[in-house]
Amino acid sequence: MTDINAVSNTPNSYKWVGTRPVRHDGLEKVNGHARFAADLSLPRMLSGHVLRSPFAHARIISIDTKEAEAMPGVKAVITSADFPEPHRKDYVSLNLMARDKVFYEGQAVAAVAAGTKRQAKAAAEKIVVQYQELPHVLSIDEAMAEDAPLLHENLITKGVEPVPGKASNIPSRTLFERGDLDAGFKEADVVFEQEFTTKVVHQGYIEPHAVVADTSSDDRSVIWCSSQGHFMIRAKTAAMLGWEPSQLKVIPAEIGGGFGGKTTIYLEPLAAKLSQKAKRPVKIVMSRDEVFRATGPTPGTKLRIKLGAKKNGKIVAGKAWLAYENGAYPGIWGMLGAMCLFAPYDIPNFYVEAFEVVVNKPVNIAYRAPSAPMAAFATETVVDQIARELKLDPIELRLINAVEEGSRKPDGPKYGPIGFKETLEAIRNHPNYSIPLGPNQGRGIASGYWFNIGESSSATVHLTEDGTAIVVTGSPDIGGSRASMALMAAEELGIDVKLVQPRVADTDSIGFTDVTEGSRTTFATGMAVVGACRQLIDELRKRAAMMWEVDIDEVEWMDGNALHTVNKHAPLALAEITKSAKKTGGPLTTTHSLEARGAGAAFSTQMCDLEVDPETGAVTILRYTTAQDAGTAIHPGYVEGQFQGGVAQGIGWALNEEYVHNAEGVMENPGFLDYRIPVASDLPMIETIIVEVPNPKHPYGVRGVGEVGIVPPIPAVANAIHDATGLRMRRLPMSPMTILAGLNQKNGSA
Amino acid sequence: MNRRHITCTINGDKAEFLCDDDESLLNTLRDELGLTGAKEGCGTGDCGACSVMLNGRLVCSCLVFAPEAEGATIETIEGMADGEHLHPLQTAFLEGAALQCGICTPGVLIAAKALLDRNPEPTESEVRYALAGNLCRCTGYDKIVRSVLDAAAQMKNNLQEGDRL
Repeated sequence: MTDINAVSNTPNSYKWVGTRPVRHDGLEKVNGHARFAADLSLPRMLSGHVLRSPFAHARIISIDTKEAEAMPGVKAVITSADFPEPHRKDYVSLNLMARDKVFYEGQAVAAVAAGTKRQAKAAAEKIVVQYQELPHVLSIDEAMAEDAPLLHENLITKGVEPVPGKASNIPSRTLFERGDLDAGFKEADVVFEQEFTTKVVHQGYIEPHAVVADTSSDDRSVIWCSSQGHFMIRAKTAAMLGWEPSQLKVIPAEIGGGFGGKTTIYLEPLAAKLSQKAKRPVKIVMSRDEVFRATGPTPGTKLRIKLGAKKNGKIVAGKAWLAYENGAYPGIWGMLGAMCLFAPYDIPNFYVEAFEVVVNKPVNIAYRAPSAPMAAFATETVVDQIARELKLDPIELRLINAVEEGSRKPDGPKYGPIGFKETLEAIRNHPNYSIPLGPNQGRGIASGYWFNIGESSSATVHLTEDGTAIVVTGSPDIGGSRASMALMAAEELGIDVKLVQPRVADTDSIGFTDVTEGSRTTFATGMAVVGACRQLIDELRKRAAMMWEVDIDEVEWMDGNALHTVNKHAPLALAEITKSAKKTGGPLTTTHSLEARGAGAAFSTQMCDLEVDPETGAVTILRYTTAQDAGTAIHPGYVEGQFQGGVAQGIGWALNEEYVHNAEGVMENPGFLDYRIPVASDLPMIETIIVEVPNPKHPYGVRGVGEVGIVPPIPAVANAIHDATGLRMRRLPMSPMTILAGLNQKNGSA
Repeated sequence: MNRRHITCTINGDKAEFLCDDDESLLNTLRDELGLTGAKEGCGTGDCGACSVMLNGRLVCSCLVFAPEAEGATIETIEGMADGEHLHPLQTAFLEGAALQCGICTPGVLIAAKALLDRNPEPTESEVRYALAGNLCRCTGYDKIVRSVLDAAAQMKNNLQEGDRL
């Protein structure tokens, strides 16, 4: 009987898991042949262009498309009138094509398909939209003000008793509490209370959103696009079109970065509808400007936090008030922040209150451990302050308070085996922890938590006639997950990893699979692959038993061979069994689908060494060291890559990145020149320590590594700046101007 | 508008195409010539994903007008491997796990080759500055920089072995 939760082996005995083979899709990605979404062209294909709102908040009085329709080359024009009225809570469909109002600058209002990109753009400019401008809100303070202009006239705050009698810009409130807060603070010897603000930032994937849709006359559409989950594309596109999911087939292109930003749709229903009207395939590719104005940023926040600790370093009480922007429609971002804020520490008494706030900015979407980095900025800065006040080593203070197996998360569940303390110890024991620092240099420590998730996954394994294993999943590969699927399959089947071919299949060709999110792919889709392989081994044993005419119980599977335990027959290699498959029951193929449970919580502890230029306020990162619990690293090279990528994004968030909106609510820096993400010369090498405390709920101990790496960098940088200059940074980004202003104020020269 | 007829050499082969005067070389490569290895990440010369060599010079092809290609020699990622033989940079990137999503990889490889062609033994700092025009959001650059240094060392070894033979 196949048990996919059975732990495979002792870690030391793995042959393939833990090795670093060249990824199977690597060749195409170094020779330019890999096909990303914008790389596909079809015969008779048209180009689409989306007309977007120039206003942050306005009522749409009328849309006149007549002139546009008469423009050269134009084959179709669409507006919200071409789509069924969405459910009032289908915020995705409501966002994708404005109806009676536009809620942010950049929101789609209409779209055109024409023979060329130029024709489509020229025609879109001829669409006449009459707007009535409305007052807008761009910040948490503006949006939460008593008499604030409302985005949604019927929005009543959830999670507040009694239910508010009037609408507001606050969709929901989340509360987590434990113990007796007042008693906790009374017990404390030191108490710090601070306020933090962070800005809207973008995931910054290098590949803009792109889609090709080909809708046939019987209302079926084939969609090629890059996303973090093509079943999600199918579901959300079908919802907006008012179709059944089965009317759509979504083919995943290679994805050029997502980081959470491609866990939703933007263009697909528009392209499918244009294609339906034009009766030709339609391709839409966003410009970078559109990506910034109309897609996925992550929330700006305002956070107030108060922590109390005893002289021995034990944190006894914590209070927090969190407000997260959600962009134009309700989201879950404040709640996620509340889940993560105090999760690394065992605090007996706390009260965490979090608010979602709608503002006239693009609709927020996940960005790598969404909401946790801002929360950690607040917690880890105050924890650093307590350590300094108590003259305790910052790692020692964290070890005193760190959660461990059996501790409870702020939202209730108990932790299983976790490696938080191990990450702290790994940093403390690293030689970088004792490198002496020079003038204007500082060292900062911070930790971070992310819960990770499981969700649905499917895998099919086919054996070819010559004994190659084709491993098919429905999880887009955003950072090397094909390699980890192949390694687990090779380990299970006992064959060379080169004899495994990992593939990502379209929505018709593999069972339902949730989005690549929550660091779940190697965990959950990996479990599906392991399950399919174990079923396949049972089948291979059965086939060998038939070939030998013995009982299946006499057949074992080892190192890619069927072994006859009573030793009458020479071992049968996998390829010999597949060659005879026709005589033993036909093709060898198995499928395993599951709803994965037991994702292990992820922790990371990081150390930043930096230097502040007292003349300019500019920060140079000197050294960066990160220790993260991977559970088990299936392909250590790509595990390190996840750690390093998260750190680099966190450093960008800490030092440079922010959306700049002018008073009219128009984004002023929608390009990589002015929205500056880290470049190669901004960063040092990022030293990685892979901690491995296996997750018992996964056959190889995987706990998911994609996200938590972005959580500690902001406070690690902030704490290092404090160490270098004495300045406590509480506003992002920590740009040279901000630091210089702080230094001048401190020195009394400003 | 009359389209202009352009003749040039791309990856060693003669190529001809028609283009509008204000069309970018990037769009022409991708849409007219089917060379989709160069990517558009920004269209404003900030991300380097569209990097190609134009007459031996590293350029963002989104900032070059297609008519500027008249008579020019262009090298793109599709021409980097010598038949079945990968360039040592390509091999080093595969072995060093220097790509995650892979969208920036063609541009990074072109820029890295441009560096090694003029400076075969760069320091880490020289690699970082040479690649500062190529944005990568996945890797934090660590494995990219290490792989470029590894490729440089490998190419030096190959050269020395060549000398010995």
